[in-house]
Amino acid sequence: MKGYVHSLESFGTVDGPGIRFVIFLQGCPMRCLYCHNPDTWEINKGRQMDTDEILKAYQKNKPFYKGGGITVTGGEPLLQIDFLIELFQKAKQQDIHTCIDTSGITFNPDNQVLLKKFDTLTSLTDLVLLDIKHIDPEEHVKLTKQSNEHILAFSRYLDERKIPVWIRHVVVPGITDNREYLYRLGYYIGGLSNLKALDVLPYHSMGKVKYEGLGIDYPLKSLSDLSKAEAVEAKKVILEGIRKKRSEGIS
Amino acid sequence: MRSEWKDFAGGKWMHEIDVRDFIQKNYTVYEGDESFLAAPTKNTIDLWNQVLALSKKEREAGGVLDMDTKTVSTITSHGPGYLDKSKETIVGFQTDKPFKRSMQPYGGIRMAEKACADNGYKVDPEMSEFFSVHRKTHNAGVFDAYTPEMRACRNSHIITGLPDAYGRGRIIGDYRRVALYGIDRLMEDKEEQKANTPSVMTADNIRDREELSEQIKALRELKKLGEIYGCDIAKPAANVKEAIQATYFGYLAAVKEQNGAAMSLGRTATFLDCYAERDLKNGTFTEEQIQEFIDHFIMKLRLVKFARTPEYNSIFAGDPVWVTESLAGIGIDGRPLVSKMCFRYLHTLDNLGASPEPNLTVLWSTGLPENFKKYCAKMSIKTSSIQYENDDLMRVTHGDDYGIACCVSSMRIGKEMQFFGARANLAKCLLYALNGGVDEVTRKQVGPKYRPVTGDVLEYEDVMDKFTDMMEWLAGVYVNTLNIIHYMHDKYCYERVQMALHDKKVLRYFATGIAGLSCVADSLSAIKYAKVKPVRDESGVIVDFETEGDFPKYGNDDDRVDEIAKNLVTSFMNMIRKHHTYREGFPTMSILTITSNVVYGKATGNTPDGRKKGEPLAPGANPMHGRDSQGAVASLSSVAKLPFHDAQDGISNTFSIIPGALGKEDRVFTGDIEVDLDLNK
Repeated sequence: MKGYVHSLESFGTVDGPGIRFVIFLQGCPMRCLYCHNPDTWEINKGRQMDTDEILKAYQKNKPFYKGGGITVTGGEPLLQIDFLIELFQKAKQQDIHTCIDTSGITFNPDNQVLLKKFDTLTSLTDLVLLDIKHIDPEEHVKLTKQSNEHILAFSRYLDERKIPVWIRHVVVPGITDNREYLYRLGYYIGGLSNLKALDVLPYHSMGKVKYEGLGIDYPLKSLSDLSKAEAVEAKKVILEGIRKKRSEGIS
Repeated sequence: MRSEWKDFAGGKWMHEIDVRDFIQKNYTVYEGDESFLAAPTKNTIDLWNQVLALSKKEREAGGVLDMDTKTVSTITSHGPGYLDKSKETIVGFQTDKPFKRSMQPYGGIRMAEKACADNGYKVDPEMSEFFSVHRKTHNAGVFDAYTPEMRACRNSHIITGLPDAYGRGRIIGDYRRVALYGIDRLMEDKEEQKANTPSVMTADNIRDREELSEQIKALRELKKLGEIYGCDIAKPAANVKEAIQATYFGYLAAVKEQNGAAMSLGRTATFLDCYAERDLKNGTFTEEQIQEFIDHFIMKLRLVKFARTPEYNSIFAGDPVWVTESLAGIGIDGRPLVSKMCFRYLHTLDNLGASPEPNLTVLWSTGLPENFKKYCAKMSIKTSSIQYENDDLMRVTHGDDYGIACCVSSMRIGKEMQFFGARANLAKCLLYALNGGVDEVTRKQVGPKYRPVTGDVLEYEDVMDKFTDMMEWLAGVYVNTLNIIHYMHDKYCYERVQMALHDKKVLRYFATGIAGLSCVADSLSAIKYAKVKPVRDESGVIVDFETEGDFPKYGNDDDRVDEIAKNLVTSFMNMIRKHHTYREGFPTMSILTITSNVVYGKATGNTPDGRKKGEPLAPGANPMHGRDSQGAVASLSSVAKLPFHDAQDGISNTFSIIPGALGKEDRVFTGDIEVDLDLNK
């Protein structure tokens, strides 16, 4: 089966544990204001590759990936869930650690057909990096043009299925860099028993160049990067929220 | 047993010159961590501050603080020099004071004059006359023998960086022998070698006898060098301080006599640790004292300086000495050669701060102790000052007592040496193949007048045929140019003290090198997989290319082009092997233009891969800049396919990466990432 691939990165070190082979899939329904990969938005574009081809590229350099594995990101990888299922089925047969880096946006608990697919996929997944863009429903829509309802539902679904999760959160000045929101996010994810790590990413404007190249207006023109120190502070607030929730006990 | 050797385990090393045997019988593997290391002493800090102040003055003076313009540098040419005699535990400078560069005219008087002139100094006219009229230099000898074709190749830069006007370097004396045996014993050994040369006086035997006499004289002078500094190195060293000092004197003598393109130290750490362990046990010295000796030793190595020209510095990106010290590795019996001394050497990066010299090189093996690996990673992250090389690969060829000369040239210490041979520009050779030997920049007929490529589109088979012929020609003229160079270097600028610290029978690697590998691989790939049209000027010389369509590029783990690169290495090496080499040199090849790729690129016209005239070639075996689009592993995999067997003098890949791309925290390198939720805080 073929999927639409944006690009491959043979030396991924920030998308999951160890050194990882990272597959960037093409296409995303979200339009996050700060997105630094606008070139992955459009669907049904990019290079068509089949699952064997991808795993062959991985196997060729297997010794590098000791302690690592593959990470599928994007774009939104779950848009190509059938492709992902086949890829992970084969990957698990080859004893490869599998990881999905996703916004969870395509999850829909009311769609039984889709849910079956999610059941299959998550049974083949060792780790999910779940990117919660904003904890506040209204602000989420402003930021991404989509509701966060299904995303949060997805986080609870993963919890029920005991799939380890790292929560990722981009801290954007004036948008998510807000004590209340950060604390609420922490309080929410503190309730997830499958939470293994928290990855707080400071907003950076390095994606700007890509917008220029694509002829798209960059929405956050006047925004400056978040400093590392501010990100550390933000992380502390989220951790406060987690601790508070944990002290009350996970229901 | 000699009193200096008391408490050492005896063996073959006592009866013949065999440092490796001494190490194997006496060293202590250290598998612990770095917690035993000592901080710098007050004296170390004072001395280093003095060095920093002098370095600042040197920079302000434009790069050179002082030059000797009158005295030809020899082992004993200068009186003692100190930073602060009362504080230095390890002593000795190249001249009578630190930061004063010595004059070394034997490689070539013009280079010595120019090095002075470019820095605002003037060589004493008497010296200039002496070395122009009365005493021939290496450089003069070479140019007496060069053929017009060799000169043309040199001028057009299809062969470049040749050591024909400066010292070839790349020879590592076994400086440890001075410490273990003392000069008297080494002289006896050399006398015996001389007495046992064959009695039929062939040119070779005459040369051997003359060289051995020179070696003996050099050892005598080395002993004198010790005396100048009030040290007796006629006898073996009796403790670690004396051992470091004696080893350093051996090295110092070499850099007083040779301004070589790389003056490496060898593999001294674990050797010296045998003394340190003994002294610690006997209470002779404390850890703090031993670290102080090492700090002072390393400080001296950082202060080795040569007089060089701006052109030289542009080829080498600065004026590196390449004081390479090889650390760690695994013994052939399986024991790691990691001692506490390996830690102490690396610890100088903390005690004195980061530095490119000495070039601390870890011979890496998967089997090194975990604590040492972690410490290396930690120090690398902190200082970016450590080089790593693959011991598992090199040990197969060189055993477990080899060292690295310069950046990648491996050789058994005291048993093997190298004739450094710079490199041939294969990218330019490809253009010669297309143009029938006409230089694309000067339009001169430099190569043989073979048939040029005709037609409007380059055909892969046709180009490969012509390129193969042109490479055959290049290999011949290249090797023969080197034959002249090494003949003359031996004759007029012989490395007598370094060779005195070698066995009599030495394996001489005849090193060659190539530049532009990835440029040629991509060019051939373009010709094979895309459509490349040559653009000719009015005289019919191909000066540019139009390429339609995409093609696989080296650096993406794509066998279609990686195979081309691999085959190029093997076939050029085989061409080199066909030729006679001076002194039965064992031909090797390197792919390691770490900085000179810029200079080589300047002299090379447009290439079919899309690289424009004058643009740099990639360094060493690197992919062309920006063409590796699949990430580091794919890029490294392409390089890893190159056959070491056919590039035994080393394959280098210059790899920079921003720290953030290596992972979130320092922990990524020192162990598997464990993102810490830290809930208990």
